[in-house]
Amino acid sequence: MTKAPAVSKVRTPLLIAMAVFLIVVMPALNAAGFIEDFTLNIWGKYLCYAIMAVSIDLLWGYTGLLCLGQALFFTLGGYMMGMHLMLMIGKLGSYNSDLPDFLVFLGHTKLPAIWQPFYSFPFAMLMVFLVPGILALIFGFLAFRSRIKGVYFSILTQALTYAAALLFFRNELLMGGNNGFTDFRTLLGANLREAPTQRILYIVSAILLVAVVAGCKWLTSTRFGLIQRAIRDSENRVLFSGYATANFKLFIFVLCAMIAAAAGALYVPQVGIINPGEMTTERSLEAVVWVALGGRGTLVGPVLGAVSVNALKSWATRAYPDMWLLILGGSFVLVVMFMPKGIIGIPAQVRALIAKMKNRGANSRQPVTTKQDAEVTEP
Amino acid sequence: MKQKPFLLAAEGLNKSFDGFKAINDLNFYLTEGELRTVIGPNGAGKTTFLDIITGRTRPDSGNLEWDTDHDLLKLNEYEIYRMGIGRKFQTPTVFSDHTVIENLLLSMAGPRSIWHSLFGRVTAAQKERLAEILETIKLNTQAYRKAGELAHGQKQWLEIGMLLAQEARLLLVDEPAAGMTDEETYRTGELLLSLAGKHTIMVIEHDMEFVRQISQGRTVTVLHQGHVLAEGPVEKVQSDERVIEVYLGRKSKAA
Repeated sequence: MTKAPAVSKVRTPLLIAMAVFLIVVMPALNAAGFIEDFTLNIWGKYLCYAIMAVSIDLLWGYTGLLCLGQALFFTLGGYMMGMHLMLMIGKLGSYNSDLPDFLVFLGHTKLPAIWQPFYSFPFAMLMVFLVPGILALIFGFLAFRSRIKGVYFSILTQALTYAAALLFFRNELLMGGNNGFTDFRTLLGANLREAPTQRILYIVSAILLVAVVAGCKWLTSTRFGLIQRAIRDSENRVLFSGYATANFKLFIFVLCAMIAAAAGALYVPQVGIINPGEMTTERSLEAVVWVALGGRGTLVGPVLGAVSVNALKSWATRAYPDMWLLILGGSFVLVVMFMPKGIIGIPAQVRALIAKMKNRGANSRQPVTTKQDAEVTEP
Repeated sequence: MKQKPFLLAAEGLNKSFDGFKAINDLNFYLTEGELRTVIGPNGAGKTTFLDIITGRTRPDSGNLEWDTDHDLLKLNEYEIYRMGIGRKFQTPTVFSDHTVIENLLLSMAGPRSIWHSLFGRVTAAQKERLAEILETIKLNTQAYRKAGELAHGQKQWLEIGMLLAQEARLLLVDEPAAGMTDEETYRTGELLLSLAGKHTIMVIEHDMEFVRQISQGRTVTVLHQGHVLAEGPVEKVQSDERVIEVYLGRKSKAA
């Protein structure tokens, strides 16, 4: 009983190694000139995707909620950051106006009231968490109270994402329409087009990723984690064990929306653009594929999945632009067929294969002993 | 016997599914500390009755009172559970991906809030209680095995252990002997008998051998077509004409 329940597969040394490599080694190599600024910047983007992938894993792998709307929360976080960045452009835009370019283009002469508070960085940060959080709270409350489960929940989250994307494509929303926000200049006075600023943004992303993985590792090791996985496996039984499962699901849903939103807010200044294209359902589905490829229910697997798929994408879209979707589809099929545990399951699979081959060797010599061994382990 | 206030009182319960009356004007009373066995042919409404008590199904009409002043029909599943009503399902429903000890931990009596699930600690007294339960259900050597790997009988026992961890006042036990060997069935009977008095227990069962073992002169209720057909000690009930008729088909009419 004193032994902690075996919940999380994330080993602490692995986490520390990952932290040191991403937070210290990579930026140091960049500062020393061994890693190009372009490469580090792209890695910053991967890490933001990885954070979103971890949030999907916490929902899907641990709670059984396949949410196809994480890209929506990610993008909403990005838009909140984007609003602040747009105002920070000041008179440097093409129209030399205090207003963001697209508002001038739409014929506005005064900054709309909802934009006003976004001059403040702390306010924008607060909104990064509050807007997606409140949306998740309202949507989750309605969905979980009506006991919408499984595939119906997935479809609803997909519909929500689609509806939001359609809304953001409209100019009337005053969020830049289909062009979204771009042409950012400064963040907290630092020039976004300079390598040191981008390096700091990369480091912040890496720290956030490690913190999120460590936080999820802790969360899944508590009794909350036990309840989470119990809901995934048999929600009715959890209800009949006295837990208000809807509240637990709502808590995790809102938490994951906020994690994805924080990732989105870091993504925008590194990529330099945000538009409703990021919000489409394909985006959410792609993110689910990263998690599946990396290994669901493992926390580190989704990080590996997000980074490797996106690295592959960066390479393939340059080397074989026509082939990218085929490569993605093909690798997904391969993983589903041969690697049910994803990338993170490969070592265990290899070990099992070696053990099997050894066993076969031993079996041919002493078949009786191995059979007895097997029986001893039976109760 | 009926001077004591009832722990559970069902009056005039009705429930039909697509015109089929699963529960038909059911009146049922249970006193604290009682061990009651409920028998009845297939489709008698036994499991539906448990579904109504535990909030899984809402009846069309009737009253269901708990501890004289709680209306169970106004509560949902987890609120009913928190009243102290635990249920063992017909097919063993344990969390198969969790270890035996985790299963018990999840059922442990105590706060059910999110906050407590994150920051609450397992107290020394609770650990002691867990060890005690493991002893009672004879799974102490299996504590860290995944529940899904247990044998069928062991799963049934684990589920009873989960009811014990809950410290339920009323244990609803649906066909505990189903799929068990004779030996396991007997031991299950012994376990239930040892709990009688400490908890109020309602057992639903088909196996008459088992019913004789655990009832020992206590009241047995016979359900038929959603209605109480007979009530009394097992010998009396077994010799009741109507019960025989229900169980052996309508032979007596021809005779």
